[in-house]
Amino acid sequence: MATRPTDPLVRLEGLTVAFDGVRVLHGIDLAVHRGETVGLVGESGSGKSVTWLAALGLLPKKARVAGRVLLDGENIVGASEQRLDDLRGGRIAMIFQDPASALNPVLTIRRQIGEALALHRGLAGAAIGAEAKRLLDLVGIPDAERRLSAYPHEFSGGQNQRIMIAMALAGHPDLLVADEPTTALDATIQAQILDLLALVRRELGMAMVLISHDLGVVSQTCDRVAVMYAGRIVEEGPSERLFDDPGHPYARGLIGALPPLDGSRRRLISIPGTVPDPRDPPPGCAFAPRCLHADRRCTAEVPHLEAFEAERRMACVLAVHRRAVHRRELVEA
Amino acid sequence: MSEPLLRVDDVARHYTMRRGLFGRPTEVRAVDGVSFSIGRGETLGIVGESGSGKSTTGRVVLGLEDPDRGSVAFDGAALPPIGTPAWRGLRARMQMIFQDPLGALDRRLPIATQVREPLDIHGLGEPTARDARVVDLLDRVGLSADHGRRFPHELSGGQRQRAVLARALATAPDFLVCDEPISALDVSIQAQVVNLLTDLQAELGLAMLFVSHDLRVVRQVSRRVAVMYLGRIVEEGDADDLFAAPAHPYTRALVSAAPTPGRRMVDRVVLQGDPPDPADRPSGCSFHPRCPVAASRCRIEDPALVELGGGRRAACLFAAPGADAPSRKVA
Amino acid sequence: MLRHLLFRGLRALLTVALVVTFAFVVLRLSADPALIILGPEASPEMIAAFRKSWGLDEPIWVQYVDYFRAILRGELGRSMRDGRPAIELVAERIPATLALTLPALALKLGVGVPAGIWASLHRGTVIDRAVMAMAVAGFTVPSFVLGLVLVLIFSVRLGWLPSGGQDTWVHAVLPIVTMGVGGAAALARFTRSAMLEVLGQPYIRTASAKGVPWARVIRDHALPNAAIPTVTIVGFMVGTLIAGAVVVESVFSWPGVGRLLVVAVANRDLAVVQCILLLVAATMVCSNLLVDFLYGFLDPRLRQGARAGAH
Repeated sequence: MATRPTDPLVRLEGLTVAFDGVRVLHGIDLAVHRGETVGLVGESGSGKSVTWLAALGLLPKKARVAGRVLLDGENIVGASEQRLDDLRGGRIAMIFQDPASALNPVLTIRRQIGEALALHRGLAGAAIGAEAKRLLDLVGIPDAERRLSAYPHEFSGGQNQRIMIAMALAGHPDLLVADEPTTALDATIQAQILDLLALVRRELGMAMVLISHDLGVVSQTCDRVAVMYAGRIVEEGPSERLFDDPGHPYARGLIGALPPLDGSRRRLISIPGTVPDPRDPPPGCAFAPRCLHADRRCTAEVPHLEAFEAERRMACVLAVHRRAVHRRELVEA
Repeated sequence: MSEPLLRVDDVARHYTMRRGLFGRPTEVRAVDGVSFSIGRGETLGIVGESGSGKSTTGRVVLGLEDPDRGSVAFDGAALPPIGTPAWRGLRARMQMIFQDPLGALDRRLPIATQVREPLDIHGLGEPTARDARVVDLLDRVGLSADHGRRFPHELSGGQRQRAVLARALATAPDFLVCDEPISALDVSIQAQVVNLLTDLQAELGLAMLFVSHDLRVVRQVSRRVAVMYLGRIVEEGDADDLFAAPAHPYTRALVSAAPTPGRRMVDRVVLQGDPPDPADRPSGCSFHPRCPVAASRCRIEDPALVELGGGRRAACLFAAPGADAPSRKVA
Repeated sequence: MLRHLLFRGLRALLTVALVVTFAFVVLRLSADPALIILGPEASPEMIAAFRKSWGLDEPIWVQYVDYFRAILRGELGRSMRDGRPAIELVAERIPATLALTLPALALKLGVGVPAGIWASLHRGTVIDRAVMAMAVAGFTVPSFVLGLVLVLIFSVRLGWLPSGGQDTWVHAVLPIVTMGVGGAAALARFTRSAMLEVLGQPYIRTASAKGVPWARVIRDHALPNAAIPTVTIVGFMVGTLIAGAVVVESVFSWPGVGRLLVVAVANRDLAVVQCILLLVAATMVCSNLLVDFLYGFLDPRLRQGARAGAH
């Protein structure tokens, strides 16, 4: 990994979101450095998508967003619509799930990519056509020149996602947020798209946030991973270490719930119960009702993210114990 | 060796499609010559992507659609024609669960009523004893009597799928077809349902056909696996062996696309191109346009499914150590 | 493509033929024109003579065949009241009707569509609820009730506007408003639904995420998509350009095609009624064809030869 400058590209500080008085995001602290890939894992209701939609101001007006989102030091929460329009696509781009419905069905590809080019790079006329073609070539759409005048329904799902990526790159963003970009695609196409994202990142030096419920996908592509549950980050750390040796019981449960593709078959770890309703959160740690290690401390107060090893944090009372173990290991080493 | 519970012999299923209002009709071969058998209490997994024909295979095997070619035999006898009383009676012995549990349940009826329905339809047991059986079934799948009183929209996704399972098991079937039963559920809930399925397999000696795109889940639940591509089986064998050492290039690509967290990927295979269009089959080996090891032969010869030893079969000219694998020459 | 159009054209002709046939049968079986036109004092001989001269004594299927043959020759019959060709009677009234229906259509579009869009952009707020409440009122109130109420307020009480007749353009105001309100209300509701449906689509979020300013998202992304279903309703309204004014013309004594139809039906003036119905059916069918054609223009997914991507 390249050396990172000390200041992150994007820092989320205490980001909270509420809908109609119901809190769905409870203070997210996350940093993304230049050129880094951060994975955001969680199941439905974890708030992983809401986090970045809130950061970009893409939530409906009735959503109450509080906290800070610092882009190169500038807080963009509550920024003017004009400022946000400049940033969206220009500094931070976002691509979504189900590319077939994420592209406007009545506009040509040229128009849709061209829109981004005109807004963020000030291109016009023939220059748009040339640059759009170059982008389509980059993402691997064959016969790009002719395909510019085609419509989304004339492409396959995988191709549509490539077009979305091309559109996202049009503004030369520093950060690409990919929200479940491969969930609606076949497995072999998924592999293609992930490869493409890796290629694009390398060539353009872009940072990326990959939001997914698929642990395998995240583990292969991300440098760091944050696990979310019920609107909070419960564990965060370097990808390899997190998957090798998860700290938080929820993370352990998630990883244990994955059937192994090789080795012996074992009974899957299934986390009992279901995700809590945000309107009726349990006291203390949101995971406590489902956690095998829960005790009195867990229901007393909500645990905060604490470091327990180098570059690893988790929001669990077990962090203390892990820290002690780790220190002992360091001493013994 | 005893007669397998289910024997599928060279089954094919075609659809005719018209492009546009006056276009020439094209034949879409959703399933194009599939043969396998499932023994009592055995589970066969079928993996494939869109256009592979795996769901259609499931429906044909169950008797929900008539094959255009070939035959399906259940417990030694051919499947009766659809809609006949014999066919209806067979429903008590073979059942199916699908991807969308909400769609499979009637919104207006409480769960217990729906679980009881098959018992009433097939006249199983004394009417007075049926409610007790329903409670027993719900308990088996991990639902309480209280859950039984609720309506589908009042249950979570995982609970709904359990209810669907309970209903499917009401008649104590010998054979269960599962078509993507957990894809719509969260990962941690998937694990619950998968555990439940493996428990039921052991308890009830159910034979299953488990269709999914998710290799891991298929491996967890199945002893043997068949990989389908464009309507044909391209590889088949013991689940562990197949995923550990795939013989067919497509299987290798599928395994490569299902990485294990915490393990670095070796032998990464990324296919070019898009999933094939069943209405527009490539010549020769249907996989050759995307195959990383395709040779010029592959454009002409259509490989047959060949025994590779150890219970493994694969349809690839390069699968067997010797390159002289017999093949079907395209006319 | 051409075959497709031919197919639609044939279907359209069939529709018109069915409408005319239906009207034909109903009219002739429901009352005797002779009795109505000649009055109760007419002698049996006069009635018999009348009936013979108009061919009403023939069996119904003979009359039908004769009628169809006449249509194919271009003759649409004559009025039984004054013997003039039906088509002339109808044609001279068309401008009067259009003088109401065209401005009314403009009103429906000009008020209804923007109101619907406005409401959809402020969903759930006071604006939205107010617009929708007015829309509900607008299309639940029957046009004749509305017309009479407007006459009561603006003619009788306030004396601002005349209550009937066709003398000056001022006379057209109340009829146009009466006609326009119902349609505007329906369009407002419909446009709002279409917009809400579109605004909930993922591609709107994509456009915002690209940094497209909201106003442009509405203009370039939402409206073109919402136009597709809206065109259906507007097409229907265009189809009623000739016949949509029946009630209003009666309430306001406006001498248009609608009034003519009412009088002709009462008198069982068969040729005139059938001529009007033929015209109405033809207009409706044409506007449907136009809408279908427009769909292909607005929605690239519906264009012939468009290849759906393999997935």
